[in-house]
Amino acid sequence: MLNTSATVILTLMGVSLIYILYLTITGRPVERRVVFLYVGFSVWLPLLMKITPPLPITTDVQKLYDYIIKLPPGSKVLCAFDFDPPSAAELQPMAVAFVKYAFKHDLKLIIMGLWPQGPQQAQMAIAAALEDPTVASHPHEEGVDWVNLGFQSGNEFVILSMGGEFKRMFPRDKRLIPYDSIPLMKNVVNFSNVDFIMNFGAGYPGTKEWVQIGVDRFKSKLGAGNTAVQATEVYPYLRSGQLVGLLGGMSGAAEFEKVLGEKGKASTFLLAQMFGHATVMAFVIIGNVAFFVLRRKKKDPAGNN
Amino acid sequence: MNMEIVGIWVGAILTLGIFSFLYKDNPVYKVCEAIFIGVSAGYYAIVYYFDSIYKKFWQGAVTADHPDWWLFGGAILGVLFLTRLFPKIGWVARWPLAFIVGATAGLYMVTYFVTNAMNQVASTIMDVIARGDAGDINWVQTFGTLVILVGVTTGLMYFFFSKEHKGAFGGAAKVGIWFLMVTFGASFGYTVMSRMSLLIGRMDFLLGDWLGLIN
Repeated sequence: MLNTSATVILTLMGVSLIYILYLTITGRPVERRVVFLYVGFSVWLPLLMKITPPLPITTDVQKLYDYIIKLPPGSKVLCAFDFDPPSAAELQPMAVAFVKYAFKHDLKLIIMGLWPQGPQQAQMAIAAALEDPTVASHPHEEGVDWVNLGFQSGNEFVILSMGGEFKRMFPRDKRLIPYDSIPLMKNVVNFSNVDFIMNFGAGYPGTKEWVQIGVDRFKSKLGAGNTAVQATEVYPYLRSGQLVGLLGGMSGAAEFEKVLGEKGKASTFLLAQMFGHATVMAFVIIGNVAFFVLRRKKKDPAGNN
Repeated sequence: MNMEIVGIWVGAILTLGIFSFLYKDNPVYKVCEAIFIGVSAGYYAIVYYFDSIYKKFWQGAVTADHPDWWLFGGAILGVLFLTRLFPKIGWVARWPLAFIVGATAGLYMVTYFVTNAMNQVASTIMDVIARGDAGDINWVQTFGTLVILVGVTTGLMYFFFSKEHKGAFGGAAKVGIWFLMVTFGASFGYTVMSRMSLLIGRMDFLLGDWLGLIN
């Protein structure tokens, strides 16, 4: 029912855009609140629809997938959650998909955050992953299969110091258990004891700092998931080989879910984003057409060519 | 009462309060904005206190069996920041600031040069003709390489101001401007995409967590 209603309303909205174009051309532009309403509805209604948009897998995502499937069971993966709730719509789905994959393939997760709310986002991702029936069918124990080392202030200096000793920056985990008493951290001294680093970053400090220090200085292998805003700044590192793969924004998250075979939130969100973009583009076109038509009328009020 | 439900209702009301700004500025929006800033500041203060002061400094330097004496250095520099609150000795706050600026500059001098200059230049210098594993020409990659070659060359020409932008040089510089504009456009497009995602996140919360209309 909701699905059908949403489809009908969206179709009507699409048709009504022609009327808005007519109004704008005839010198009666709609006010900004109407634009807000259209964008709001175009994002809201697709969330109620059960349509999965076609989605080809880009090489950036494929590269990351190709790398992580080669990690043997028992590999230690350092997972840096460098984002907060405002970026969760883009980054949380990819984080959940990654944690699920790690648990299903027995990858050991060492979680940390350079953003104060990062480790909390990690806890939520772990809780969501543990609800998955396949993951839940095998016991996963904190301290053995994953550990949350928490947040540490100091931005890129934390990464630099971890190059010497993780323990120096994280003497205890989030539960206040001493580093040496955590089974997973046994024999983990620094980056050389970690097989892969995965960073979910929304800005500073984030992927750029991990590339500068974790990759170029300590020669670690790094994959990243970024918000769309940040992705453009990070793409050059992909081509140069400083990143093994990149999940850029919502589309990157949806592709990652698809390539892993997970049905997550990003796939649903992507449809909403597509409709939202289409609406913004429609209003940009309406605005530009109206601009040129009205300019022409001003130059030639009689309507003569 | 289930505190989770209370939290969801509070979150939904605050979200709608913030959205009310789209109609026009109003007192409800102001209240929600103030709550957001206050809660954020409080949350950050607690996290910094717990993770840095208590977990790292207190347990690492004060109550530890083998104290890490270096942590006292950091603590002293941190306390010196507070001298800014006292006008007469406020100048002392410049010392920890100078330490941070100096350390950051020292770190970035090398890391930025290696990561953003050397490695990027190295990845730009490559064979124009890209070949696949079997030695055949990969036309898509070759086209991409040519775009990079033309983009980098003409982009650099645009920023070369010692010669007047006229004739063939001026034409190449114009191509450089086009490349820059396309780059800015792509960056802006990605920004719009991100902002849309923020809205989607909130809509998902309202429709899913609050109203229960979607799973």
